[in-house]
Amino acid sequence: MARGILGYGGYIPLRRLSRAAIAQANGWFNSALKSRAKGERAMANWDEDSVTMAVAAARDCLGERSRDEITALHFASTSFPFLDRLNAGIVAGALNLKSVVAAHDHAATQRAGTSALSLALEAAEAGPQLVIAADKRQTKAAGTLEMDVGDGAAALLVGSGDVVAELVGKATRTVDFVDHFRADGFAFDYPWEERWIRDEGYQKIVAETLGALVKQTGINAADVSAFCMPCTLPRVVGSLAKKTGLRDEAVQDNMNATCGETGAAHPLLMLARALERAKQGDLILVAGFGQGCDVLAFRATNRVADFKPKVGIAGHLARRREEKNYHRFLSFNELVTMERGMRSEVDKTTALSALYRKRDMLTGFIGGRCSICGTVQFPKSNICVNPNCNAAHTQEDQPFADLPGKIMSYTADELTYTPDPPACYGMIQFEVGGRIMMDFTDIDPKDLDVGRPMDMVFRVKERDPQRGFIRYFWKAAPAASGTSDSGG
Amino acid sequence: MASGIRDKVAILGMGCSKFGERWDREADDLMVEAFEEAIADAGIEKNQIEAAWLATAIEEQHVGKSGVPLAMALRLPLIPVTRVENYCASGTEAFRGAVYAVASGAADIALALGVEKLKDTGYGGLPQRSRGNLNTMWWANFSAPGSFAQLASAYRTKHAASRDDLKRAMAHISVKSHDNATRNSKAHLRSAITVDQVLGAPLVAEPLGLFDCCGVSDGSACAIVTTPEIARSLGKRDLITVKALQLSVSNGVEAQHNSWDGSYFATTRVASKRAYQEAGVKDPRTEIDLLEVHDCFSVTELVTMEDLHISAEGRAIHDVLDGFYDADGTIPCQIDGGLKCFGHPIGASGLRMIYELYLQMQGKAGPRQRKKEPTLGLTHNLGGFPHQNVCSISIIGRA
Repeated sequence: MARGILGYGGYIPLRRLSRAAIAQANGWFNSALKSRAKGERAMANWDEDSVTMAVAAARDCLGERSRDEITALHFASTSFPFLDRLNAGIVAGALNLKSVVAAHDHAATQRAGTSALSLALEAAEAGPQLVIAADKRQTKAAGTLEMDVGDGAAALLVGSGDVVAELVGKATRTVDFVDHFRADGFAFDYPWEERWIRDEGYQKIVAETLGALVKQTGINAADVSAFCMPCTLPRVVGSLAKKTGLRDEAVQDNMNATCGETGAAHPLLMLARALERAKQGDLILVAGFGQGCDVLAFRATNRVADFKPKVGIAGHLARRREEKNYHRFLSFNELVTMERGMRSEVDKTTALSALYRKRDMLTGFIGGRCSICGTVQFPKSNICVNPNCNAAHTQEDQPFADLPGKIMSYTADELTYTPDPPACYGMIQFEVGGRIMMDFTDIDPKDLDVGRPMDMVFRVKERDPQRGFIRYFWKAAPAASGTSDSGG
Repeated sequence: MASGIRDKVAILGMGCSKFGERWDREADDLMVEAFEEAIADAGIEKNQIEAAWLATAIEEQHVGKSGVPLAMALRLPLIPVTRVENYCASGTEAFRGAVYAVASGAADIALALGVEKLKDTGYGGLPQRSRGNLNTMWWANFSAPGSFAQLASAYRTKHAASRDDLKRAMAHISVKSHDNATRNSKAHLRSAITVDQVLGAPLVAEPLGLFDCCGVSDGSACAIVTTPEIARSLGKRDLITVKALQLSVSNGVEAQHNSWDGSYFATTRVASKRAYQEAGVKDPRTEIDLLEVHDCFSVTELVTMEDLHISAEGRAIHDVLDGFYDADGTIPCQIDGGLKCFGHPIGASGLRMIYELYLQMQGKAGPRQRKKEPTLGLTHNLGGFPHQNVCSISIIGRA
């Protein structure tokens, strides 16, 4: 049976930081930035990290598809929030994957995403494998990396059977070529000279891997319709294409102008974007570079037009809010010490035993549905909240993550501490029943309105600065599709 | 239905400290200040008190837990002392405890005292504290103003009121309470303000501005209660008795069931109806002649006028703007300045409301005394948030 890609999706945060704003703030210090002050880069909200973006990308990929068949979850990143706590485990919980799922964190290289994809394809016979890559890399102020990097995630469901793109072949090389590194305990990359990386790294290691793939699969390089390879150095990918015999038109836009390079996620994000545009028979190459190289070749099947991610890469690129406030970016990334005030000093110890006991509620966003009266409610409780029912021990699991909801009441709070004031929150009422007084995110206070449709998103609720723990929960964000009702 | 509390218990004496930023006073100083006034008013000795209730809400900020702080501060003679907490309605809880003790015959004379020392946090507004291990993991990151502010968006939607009309009515409420407090020497905020000042103030939580929010204060208030028979035997005349005491506590319907529209207090509607029944009040709009309500925010006072069944639903804006609740109106509301300006030392607030009714009914309210002494008054003491709260109603009046 054909092995390959069953579905794909991605996630790009709503805010796009204008590079002109970066250059304006830092050009006095690094005048080279001025020539790069074009386009914009994706900027995670303060309540996003690799885990939350991974969940968003996976939901984009999986849509309404049953998740019960997924046998393994591969999560790749170089910016995992936890060094010792399975990050893929948090994602599996938020996606309500069955506990028999195997889950792996793939770390420590920019090609972690392609390596995870490669491994997952090898295990495809065992059942559908969910591959997610996400990165939110920290960068120093006024460096070129700050301009080049973007935050984002991509997800691929791979397996055998009704694939939208079949694996044609893959090749890999492992070489301890240190173009940059980020050591334990260090927040930032330490890079070496770009010309050396270009000539000794890309032009040799990637070229060799590409050549091996062409040889081993017997494909005609000129037949390749999409070559997905991230690289922020100019002209490198074009030159590699030429050297390998790929057509110029095959070279895919690296989304530098619209998103920036999303680290370990970027090859998969580019692949997902190419799949969105692919027609049956298209040959697609994806390459990941980092202490070696992975190259994978896929051919789009007759099912490629049938699959649609929920929002997709094109959809996420179109859903954007320009951010011109560079200082907000510094603050969200804790690159500047803000006066948070005493209200921010509340102790944020998380009772891990309570979190575990209530993991279905807090991570999986499972509420209750009364089997007697049908009332949907959150949280799930012993006694039905419907005053005309109050039946005891009747509630079945009711997932809330995909329920359509609307704002019933709201405020924009200037008093309570939040990294992005004003704190917007209110009562969300779900169409099928149930309501939650919950935090809003990704919303402009001007857009607050009774009746506005809202989507549920998995986000950071609190960071505990004393212990480093991160609490996640669900928030309401303006619906990806749909507009505000008149509401009143 | 039970026979209720009506006329079974009389107020023997009351006291109230000055409210405000009492930088030079500890909580026990405030307790003594309120108690000394009350016991002098009651005309009894301390050892005649047989049981006591202490109300504090944010005890970790000042006295700590238990009844011990009250017993220590007043050197009570090893009598039962119970500490109660029920959000911002804690003060009325202490009163309920003392009144029920007397009504049951368990004590002849009982004390209720509320105290809060809030101005040691280092910042303005209510102290920010953990809401419990599980709650903090999923509740919205809401503040008190932010939760009450939502009444406005829901009320506007329900009654098709414009933001401007609502803001003007809310401003009228704050201007009225500030004006009232200029005649109250114990009040925290004693300066008059204008509607323009209210409307121009910085926003705290949309649409609540600075002047839509009550003060956070230090203070204490207390009541000594007994039976009408004992009160008369102690020489008291023209007794003021308890007519009703009702409490309603949210069970999750507002927060979790879509039958509540967010524009009113479900608990207040229930508690006030029960209280009218207990007190024998048929038409509150014509029978009640003084109101002290929980005006933590201007919009709370506004919707509460409807929830108490005094303004018709959707008509509170008009009654407020018509001056119905002004000091010289039909039913003055917050004639002492209310939480808004008298101040809000949480545990004391419910007792402070009763204190004002008690003074007015005896003609002892000084420059703010109503010309015609009120004979039947209502206090409304609310705790929590519109979607999850406790509401305590008391009605007191001439015996």
